Amino acid sequence: MWNSLRPVYEGLVHFSLFICASISVLVTVGIVIILLYESVKFFYDVPVLEFLTGTQWTPLLKPQHFGILPLLCGTMLVAGGSALVAVPIGLGTAIYLSEYASPRFRDIVKPLLEILAGIPSVVYGFMAIVFVSPIIRQIFPSAGVFNAASACVVVGIMILPMIISLSEDILQSVPISLRAAASALGANKFEVTVRVVLPAAMSGIIASFLLAISRAIGETMAVTLAAGATPKLTLNPLESVQTMTAYIVQVSLGDTPAGTIEYRTIFAVGLALFVTTMTMNVIAQYILSRVGERYE
Amino acid sequence: MSTKIDIYTKRRRGRIVNGMFTAACFLATISCVLVLLVLIWNIILQGKSWLSWDFIESLPSRFPEKAGIKTALWGSIWLISLTALFSVPLGVGAAVYLEEYAPRSRWRKMIQLNIANLAGVPSIVYGILGLGLFVRALAFERSVLSGALTLTLVVLPIIILASQEALRAVPDSIRRSAYALGATRWQTVWYQVLPASLPGIMTGVILSLSRALGEAAPLLVVGAMAYVPFVPEKLSDEFTALPIQIFNWTSRPQEEFHHLAAAGILVLLVVLVSMNAVAVFVRHKYGKKIRW
Repeated sequence: MWNSLRPVYEGLVHFSLFICASISVLVTVGIVIILLYESVKFFYDVPVLEFLTGTQWTPLLKPQHFGILPLLCGTMLVAGGSALVAVPIGLGTAIYLSEYASPRFRDIVKPLLEILAGIPSVVYGFMAIVFVSPIIRQIFPSAGVFNAASACVVVGIMILPMIISLSEDILQSVPISLRAAASALGANKFEVTVRVVLPAAMSGIIASFLLAISRAIGETMAVTLAAGATPKLTLNPLESVQTMTAYIVQVSLGDTPAGTIEYRTIFAVGLALFVTTMTMNVIAQYILSRVGERYE
Repeated sequence: MSTKIDIYTKRRRGRIVNGMFTAACFLATISCVLVLLVLIWNIILQGKSWLSWDFIESLPSRFPEKAGIKTALWGSIWLISLTALFSVPLGVGAAVYLEEYAPRSRWRKMIQLNIANLAGVPSIVYGILGLGLFVRALAFERSVLSGALTLTLVVLPIIILASQEALRAVPDSIRRSAYALGATRWQTVWYQVLPASLPGIMTGVILSLSRALGEAAPLLVVGAMAYVPFVPEKLSDEFTALPIQIFNWTSRPQEEFHHLAAAGILVLLVVLVSMNAVAVFVRHKYGKKIRW
């Protein structure tokens, strides 16, 4: 009896496992459908051109303006600023760990950096408000309590572990023969690292920067707490700005009824956020998928 | 003669540049570690005197001296248990399908790429999906169920990727010997491959659940409340969670609430560190047992 049922049972298991795997595809489809569905209704009321080129974002106040540029500007300011913090330190650390550090030193530092990566983003937000912002205000008295600079610092710290671990992997994957060849030609350690290893790893390192910046763009709790809620077209990091993610949180905290245009703005902003980060991730994945092939 | 001097100065300059570069890289590394230590030390200083049994046992309050994290702690426990319940079978199932069943086809490559990209989607986008799908379309409202389902979507790609890696580490000889003895595919997976890869899968699961425990953004979007005066008792109850409570206290201007937030952070970090310790322990203890 059991033997004749065996193929049926095996088939059932196979099918349910297939369903599990398909769910990941369905999640993507779900994200796209839900974002598009509500956004299309939004763009019925607000022309796409006005949304993309308008310089005022005041959906919660009268008169309402729906130009996403101020939110985009705030997001880019925070992402760019945090990259400015994280990229040099991250790359330096990755180079040190990969090229210079003793195995013992690496075994101590790497787990510590993993702890840094595991700290929730709301904790970084706390740190921005309680520690970083007061320091910035002491140096630049014109800065507000909420300012983009403190968000840049903590988001920079947040994306550091990601840059370090990805870049270090890439540096490690550069074949030792290249280093040996350069050393044999009389290059010192600095020359080997900067003129041979770094150029060989460059595309992968850029991919790791892209992934980290994409993470900074999607970062939410730290920027909501630190950067404030003032959608503004400014490049001054001492001012309060609002990012796309912080706006979504602001609406979520209020009591906006479903079906209103204010409610739909979060789907339109979410769509913009999704498209931006997805594009960067896909480019980075593409670069990374080609990195390994070069030396084979 | 002059060329000889040239070579000497060049070499010396090279040595100086080399030394400065090494020092700069070392400085970068040390500053990363220092940031971590300073961060944790400061939070301990801010929060330690507010941490007490009362703090863990008390309901939230407008008065900082009376406020506690009871509802937030229980909300987090609810969320994390439900998320584990949903995400572990789904995630491990998907990984088993992709590694053990799926033919190496375009379709598999597409799913694989899709999962890698899902892992990079900002968690707040999952919040928006949860809001549209669970809260509105399926009408689960702002419940602990909606929250847990949303967190499931956030951690699913991470669990799948980690489990796949664990399954890939099981050598093919194990599968072939099982097949040679007449085992079916599922028998091979269930009795041989899964037990062998369990430590790796467990580590991945624990790490992704600890990520879910720290998430606040998607929960805010699906409607976690800042003030919930009771512990959730059923799936449809309103909820709050530790990160939400910390966010709420941090965003208030009064100093006292910042101390409360720091105390809340300490509780959260203790839970996270112990989860990670369990993961390290599992990897260490059971990872060594199997030798091929």
